[in-house]
Amino acid sequence: MDTAQGEKLPLRTSEQVVLVRQAVRKWAVAAGFSIVDQTKVVTAASELARNTVIHAGGGEVLIEQLVNGARKGIRLTFEDKGPGIPDIELALKDGYTTGTGLGLGLSGSKRLMNEFSITSQVGSGTKIVVVKWK
Amino acid sequence: MERIPILKMGDCLLVTVQVDMHDQMALTLQDDLTQRISTTKAKAVLIDISALEIVDSFIGRMLGNIAGMARILDAQTVVVGMRPAVAITLVELGMSLSGVRTALNVERGMELIRSAPATRSRNGHRPG
Repeated sequence: MDTAQGEKLPLRTSEQVVLVRQAVRKWAVAAGFSIVDQTKVVTAASELARNTVIHAGGGEVLIEQLVNGARKGIRLTFEDKGPGIPDIELALKDGYTTGTGLGLGLSGSKRLMNEFSITSQVGSGTKIVVVKWK
Repeated sequence: MERIPILKMGDCLLVTVQVDMHDQMALTLQDDLTQRISTTKAKAVLIDISALEIVDSFIGRMLGNIAGMARILDAQTVVVGMRPAVAITLVELGMSLSGVRTALNVERGMELIRSAPATRSRNGHRPG
């Protein structure tokens, strides 16, 4: 599997969440995703980007186009140096929230993508990697 | 700050969301609409989201909040024009927008609003 190209964007403000949505859309279109899959990837990106801004106080996202033979995909890597997630299993439950949201960000974006992984260390940060294949 | 315009047509407030809203903009719209319902005594709010390419949990929650606040202020809300891909994604995300009335387009939304008094009187209190 190769990563063809990519770009890294900062995530500190809610305006930057919008910029990330637009960038992810551009990459999803370039990878030839259907409208439904574009919408799913952009929505998942929006949820995860907002999490980074709200819960971690900011971070960054790496958007990459993947090529696996004839298959194309998108990988999004959200990284922050925030407080970390003490109980990942709990954080992935529908409706669980530490903020004022609905608690659908993590669990919902997991459903919208094909691959999903979290590594988090309390006190030093969180890394979330999601992939959607065409 | 950028604001989403709210138009008044008779006793209906019309909102057409045409930009990719950041979170603060969505919250401002929620506040502005609630204020306008109160000052104009509007009976209905029609929100056209046909230009929106995504509705995530934040925007979904805002739509639910607006419908809830409007209801308490005695106005009904209809969200119209959701794109099919957005509907599919929203349900998979885990939001079904229960409590928010929807219609396919503005025309159907207006029909729904006009027919509302009849719908409301399903308990048998239909006037006349």
